[in-house]
Amino acid sequence: MKRNLPLFFAFFCGILVIVSEFIPHRPFSMLIDTLQNWFMIISGFAIILGQISLFQSNLSKIKQKESGWIFYLAGLLSFCLMLIVGLLWGTQETGGIFGHGLKLQASLGAKPFDYLFDFAYMPLSATMFSLLAFFIASAAYRAFIIRSFESNLLMITAVIVILGRTSFGGMLTAWVPESYKFWQLPNLSDFIMEFPNSAAQRAIMISAALGIIGSSLRIILGIERSYLGSDK
Amino acid sequence: MSHFMSVLGLWMSVFFTFSIFSFLYKDNPFYKLAEQIFVGLSAAYWLVYLFYSIMLPNLFTKLISDFRGNIILLIPAVLGLMMLMRIIPKTQWLSRFPIAIMIGTSAGISMVRYAKSDLLSQISATMINPFAGETTSIVIGNFLLIIGTICGVYYFYFSKKQEGISAVPSKIGIWFLMISFGASFGYTVMARVSLLIGRLEFLLKDWLHIIN
Repeated sequence: MKRNLPLFFAFFCGILVIVSEFIPHRPFSMLIDTLQNWFMIISGFAIILGQISLFQSNLSKIKQKESGWIFYLAGLLSFCLMLIVGLLWGTQETGGIFGHGLKLQASLGAKPFDYLFDFAYMPLSATMFSLLAFFIASAAYRAFIIRSFESNLLMITAVIVILGRTSFGGMLTAWVPESYKFWQLPNLSDFIMEFPNSAAQRAIMISAALGIIGSSLRIILGIERSYLGSDK
Repeated sequence: MSHFMSVLGLWMSVFFTFSIFSFLYKDNPFYKLAEQIFVGLSAAYWLVYLFYSIMLPNLFTKLISDFRGNIILLIPAVLGLMMLMRIIPKTQWLSRFPIAIMIGTSAGISMVRYAKSDLLSQISATMINPFAGETTSIVIGNFLLIIGTICGVYYFYFSKKQEGISAVPSKIGIWFLMISFGASFGYTVMARVSLLIGRLEFLLKDWLHIIN
């Protein structure tokens, strides 16, 4: 029961979704809507499970005083703070358990959740992702020194696309006569995006779709069952 | 009070910005602190967002406002609670049921969706008359589109060893993929640099008031 019943559920739900695609009438259309709504609710609980797991993992590191435990404590405290203010006073659109917290809003200039979002979460996330600009530069340098035909193709395309999408690129090739306007960087960049890039993206999408269809079939038919975990 | 809090918030943002940028020199306690705070804040942010946008309107509000009319929602609620049983080792097996329902449903949805939108529509979009273009560059582009798609798909065919003459389309496929990766790389560089400009603008404009 512990293994076969879940496999049957997966088979039943998968087949139901596929059948409802071919018979878009009641009761299938109604069933699929219900199933998709349930799917969303259960996914919500799955995300909560992930957050609890993160909380537990940080807590155990703090309890065992692992190296850098103080940083995990800071992470845990920030998690609790954001969660509590979010639940108590809500977000920009919705009120929380204590309503909209108008007094707090007046003193902070925003709801506590939005205050933390604007002054902590947003700068942290933007700076974290902007760090990648530096690492991308070093990756580009490494790609340049490989000097194979493929790496050169990648880098030349990247340079054309970057220059073609900025006003500087347009300025650089503004002198090219109208009869050769294809070679102006913005036009060249558009051509690359529209044809060779689309071709490769299509190849990736078609191949990935074939792979996804294959693995979905394996899951529905119960051949792939690793998601159930072990019996231990 | 409001002015003080906005100034405090500004300094907090500056501290976090410099703490993250300090990683460019080397890993240090300031970066680790900012990193963990970021993890905590983003986890809580998504949890609150999930609560207000999914759990509250789809489950709790419906059950509270009209319990009898929405009694069927107890099924996903129970399944969700069974999912949480994964935390306790003895009751871990209970989580297999909601996981199986989720995996089965998403397998069915993805199978149909990808077959329609990514497989059939992309194949039909490639079946074009290459000579139908208005200019020479479009005709050349159409040829490139057809050749690139076919060679790209051939490159991903791993069931037979590609050697000799059969390796040629695969090689052409790699060239097209490299062009596409280059374009994506260019876009990523631009996105990250614009984020960096945004942070520098924040430091020079909002904090130091050096630029207008």
